[in-house]
Amino acid sequence: MISLPHYLILGAILFSIGVVGIFLNRKNLIVLMMAIELMLLAVNLNFVAFSHYLNDLSGQLFVFFILVVAAAEAGIGLAILVVLFRNLSSIHVEDLDQLKG
Amino acid sequence: MELKTILFYLFAVIMVFAALRVVTARNPVHAVLFLVLAFFNAAGLWMLLQAEFLSIMLVMVYVGAVMVLFLFVVMMLDINIEQMRKGFWTHLPLGAGVGLLMVAEMAVVLSGRYFGLQNFPPQNLPANHSNTKELARVMFTDYVYPFELASVILLVAVIAAVMLTQRTRKDTKGMHPNDQIAVKRNDRLRIVRMVSEPPEVQAVDAKAEEKS
Repeated sequence: MISLPHYLILGAILFSIGVVGIFLNRKNLIVLMMAIELMLLAVNLNFVAFSHYLNDLSGQLFVFFILVVAAAEAGIGLAILVVLFRNLSSIHVEDLDQLKG
Repeated sequence: MELKTILFYLFAVIMVFAALRVVTARNPVHAVLFLVLAFFNAAGLWMLLQAEFLSIMLVMVYVGAVMVLFLFVVMMLDINIEQMRKGFWTHLPLGAGVGLLMVAEMAVVLSGRYFGLQNFPPQNLPANHSNTKELARVMFTDYVYPFELASVILLVAVIAAVMLTQRTRKDTKGMHPNDQIAVKRNDRLRIVRMVSEPPEVQAVDAKAEEKS
């Protein structure tokens, strides 16, 4: 019998993989964005699991809105990436030092 | 074992494997494809949780549109993989250690007896229950204002993406309002100092008129 902690631990594993992915691939902007997608997926999984076990549809509505915002974020992020590549001919994070931060 | 339990573990194992490959794959294209696999398995899990509408939406909208966009961009950009992977193996032990620690802590907290999370009974909905209908009822009554805001966010994203990636064409004839306002008289009008007409020419003309 699958209970709520099963789903929550699965979400925790997925979220940790996303965090570790950001740490390991911080030179690669595309993989960074994919790790963010993984973390969002983990959060969504938790929302859906809670919605199922607490018998409340608001959790699924939240997942809907998170998907909308994530799609917008992915679209704008990829557009920025394309513009960056057009200007610098590279998306290497170490080349992004115009601000001299 | 129940079929649902078997399905849960099947989907969970494939999803964790795919997620691990997303962050460790050499080739970014493979990483995107593994991310698609992870999303498919998440859709299966949501189906087990009786969230049918979201499960289908994840496959259709997220895999069908957003991941395909990712794939396009990844294939369009020319990426130097070797440079990107620099420092991957040296940082792996630390990253894996921290990640395992996070998972272990979360597992201890969530599976302990403190919150009683395993006591929640799963939802038992009748076979003719429509998840989409119920979701729509909530969405268009209690959450209608956030729903409208979400559409505005999507509109902003569309305009932003178009404006960011648009290139101006060289051969279009247009004027910047900025330049038009900043223009000075000397840019447009040149005053040349010259004699209007020499006097002898006028005299000759007058004689010619008298003769005729």
